[in-house]
Amino acid sequence: MIQIEGLQKKYGKIHALRGIDLTFDLEQVVALVGPNASGKTTLIKCLLGMVIPDGGKILFDGKNIEGDVLYKNRIGYMPQIGRYPDNMRIGYLFGMMKDLGKNRVKDHFDEELIDAFKLGAMFGKPMRALSGGTRQKVSAALAFMFSPEVIILDEPTAGLDPLASEILKQKIQKEKEAGKLILVTSHIMSEVEEIADSIAYIVEGEALFYKSIAEIKSESGEERLGKALFHLLGKRA
Amino acid sequence: MNKIIKYVLHDIFRNRILLAYVVLLSLSSFGLFLMNEDVSKGISNLLTVLLIVIPLVSVLFTTIYFFNSYEFIELLVAQPLKRSKILLGVYAGVGLSLLSAFWLGIGLPVIIFDGTIVGWYFLLSGTLLTMVFVSLAFLASVLTRDKTRGIGIAMLLWFYFTLIFDGIVLMVMFAFSDYPLEKLTIFLSCLNPVDLARIMVLLKMDISALMGYTGAIFNQFFGSSAGIVLAISVMLVWIVMPIALALRIFKRKNL
Amino acid sequence: MFKKQDNDAGKIGDAEAEFHYASFNHFLSIPAFLILLFYFPVNASARVITVKHGTEINTLQKALVLAQNGDIIKVTKSTYFIEDLIINKSVSIIGLDYPILDGQKKGNIIVVRAPRVTIKGFIIRNSGISNIRDKAGIRVEKGDSVNIIDNRLENTCFGIYLAKVNGGTISGNTIHGANSVIQSGNGIHLWYSHYIKILNNKISRQRDGIYFEFATHCEISHNLSETNYRYGLHFMFSNDDNYTFNTFRNNGSGVAVMYTKHIRMTNNTFEQNWGTSSYGLLLKDISRSVISYNTFSKNTSGIYMEGSSDVKAEHNNFLNNGLAIRMLADCEKDTFMLNNFMGNTFDFTTNGSENLNYLKGNYWDKYAGYDLNRDKKGDLPYRPVSLYSQIIEKIPSAVFLLRSFMAELLDKAERALPSMSYVNLYDNEPSMHIIRP
Repeated sequence: MIQIEGLQKKYGKIHALRGIDLTFDLEQVVALVGPNASGKTTLIKCLLGMVIPDGGKILFDGKNIEGDVLYKNRIGYMPQIGRYPDNMRIGYLFGMMKDLGKNRVKDHFDEELIDAFKLGAMFGKPMRALSGGTRQKVSAALAFMFSPEVIILDEPTAGLDPLASEILKQKIQKEKEAGKLILVTSHIMSEVEEIADSIAYIVEGEALFYKSIAEIKSESGEERLGKALFHLLGKRA
Repeated sequence: MNKIIKYVLHDIFRNRILLAYVVLLSLSSFGLFLMNEDVSKGISNLLTVLLIVIPLVSVLFTTIYFFNSYEFIELLVAQPLKRSKILLGVYAGVGLSLLSAFWLGIGLPVIIFDGTIVGWYFLLSGTLLTMVFVSLAFLASVLTRDKTRGIGIAMLLWFYFTLIFDGIVLMVMFAFSDYPLEKLTIFLSCLNPVDLARIMVLLKMDISALMGYTGAIFNQFFGSSAGIVLAISVMLVWIVMPIALALRIFKRKNL
Repeated sequence: MFKKQDNDAGKIGDAEAEFHYASFNHFLSIPAFLILLFYFPVNASARVITVKHGTEINTLQKALVLAQNGDIIKVTKSTYFIEDLIINKSVSIIGLDYPILDGQKKGNIIVVRAPRVTIKGFIIRNSGISNIRDKAGIRVEKGDSVNIIDNRLENTCFGIYLAKVNGGTISGNTIHGANSVIQSGNGIHLWYSHYIKILNNKISRQRDGIYFEFATHCEISHNLSETNYRYGLHFMFSNDDNYTFNTFRNNGSGVAVMYTKHIRMTNNTFEQNWGTSSYGLLLKDISRSVISYNTFSKNTSGIYMEGSSDVKAEHNNFLNNGLAIRMLADCEKDTFMLNNFMGNTFDFTTNGSENLNYLKGNYWDKYAGYDLNRDKKGDLPYRPVSLYSQIIEKIPSAVFLLRSFMAELLDKAERALPSMSYVNLYDNEPSMHIIRP
């Protein structure tokens, strides 16, 4: 579904991506894992066309995304920190997003998360009055709203309460079963273990490895993913 | 794009600063018209507002609004929307709001109290000038990621066009006062939209003063219908050029 | 003196002019008027000749042959084609219901060569046009005490032309030129003429509305001179004249008074004289004259003064001019007192730094000083020559910055630091209030 070939990005002197090659397919949940400032978010932003890469290319469904916007019809995105116009009320924001993406859905909008997070009760509140957690809920609900084939979640559970985290994880599971590709970044290994089936490990702008969780565990001989990763990385180091 | 304009307008019209701007403009125009028995004096005092306050507010408001809407723009960029449509949508939204403020705060009083050809040229100049500075503000905004720096660039642009440019012109005139500079000044006026806007109004207002001195050449040039068309065209270039440049930069910008 | 006036119809104007001539006095005095009434019965016996189509006397020429000094020729309404009609008898020619005298664009229409001629109530049109000889609607040569009253001159090269005439009245005439610069002479033209009264005329579309050359002791009042190609009023070498209550509007170059002394200009309006070299009033080599109670409004320059001395300008209003007064450095001992300066782009400019003229007690709307001792005079002197206008003086193209923030700052800076200004011209007692006459 998504092929990343030799992706490069520099911000001034900082080399954020140094030639990443990755391929993601439908019916996959891939966790992008790596230390802080390793280039995960830059990679995601490249996928979304928010950051223009300096080299390499990204193919979406076999087509180069450069200069294209239509492929984004098929992507849902939940940013790390959801930032919205301060004066806008939640209800208005959802209304606006539906209005802007009217042609993206066939029959109905996926409002499962709006209901599950009970956001309807807060439709009258302006965005600036919301807590970080509630913003995350809004971001998550927006990411799934158009039932896209690809869903990208940047640190989805950070700041969410346990109940909300659980709701989100279940939703991810459900969408995966519906045959979608889900890309997640996360620092919480237990969570990754729970929802993802493969890990792309990114360090200093390079994909160190890209393996299924089962593979990682068997290679390392560890039961818990965290330990397995530590083992694996330690060996390399 | 129309939807983006709609949402920007919805957002700005709830903005108190815009309301304050309308109030400020209304107060100054009604004040100046009511204080001066002579309507033409009201207009000439209002010219200061036109040439200083309107560029300042336009450029500052737009820059601040742009940076405050950065999230909104980010959100939109992640959607299947062309960047050019997003930027132009926001541009049109901000432009329309500031123009509405101008026409409410200054247009209405000018039409009520003056309503002469001077008044209409005044309003035309104000409209063009507002859009020029909205365009310049967009350019300043896409040049940097940092709000403070963006506002700094915007202020610098304003300062340059309202004062520094004229200071340089004056120094050039001093230095080359032995040469005939009349034609040069026509060219120079095209390099500064604020000067151009001023001359457009002056030609209708201070016609008696401008016809003496070397002002005659302005009169011959900008007073002719071809000159007016040229002046308006140059103003349009000043509107289109910065926003086109901003668009180019924005298309390649990392958000 | 008055016995010469035997058979005249006794019109006030005529007698007035005659008396005028006789007494060298400008005003009709009561004794003169009584004498006039006394002679009225004698005048009543004057013969009346009527020119009418279908009668024996069907042309003015025939009437003039029959007429004697003092007769009245009445002309009925019709169109009469005449060319260089010479009037060499002292007669009154009176049009009934505005008959038309058409010159067919050949020569002069009427030429007066006798004293005490009156021409009243005609439409006089289509004089010839010549560059060599000035052709006029009514030309008066040495015809003293002429009265030209209530005529309409249309499309004449010169309207009324007086050469070497002493005494006379030109009043209530409308003179409208031939809408073309080349074909236009002056509306009312005086050359070596004296003691003429020019009253209540309307002149437009001529070269100069009123032209004086070596014309002295004349009075010009209540005339309207507008849209003339050159000057509304043009004086050369003409001393001791008065002009009051006239309006000079939208003339090519305004009003010019040159090489003249002892002129009184009062209660006139000079307005809308626009153009590169256009002035409300241009003074060149004028001395010992008075300019008072006039209004100068919306002119490129209100007054332009060159080489003038001993000119007193008082109680004038300078309103909304591009430049109220331009006074070149060769002017001296001129005074400006109790004038109002309002809404002018510039109040005063000059081309030198030394100043030998005197300003006092004027009202300047740009004055930003205060009056702490409440004597209704500003405590700080006013400098009417702004710093920015001094810059324009040096660099004319700096007019480019007119009303810019830059120009405003310069003038503000000058107020804070008066030493920046190099022109030594002050009003030490600027009035805090508009001056009412």
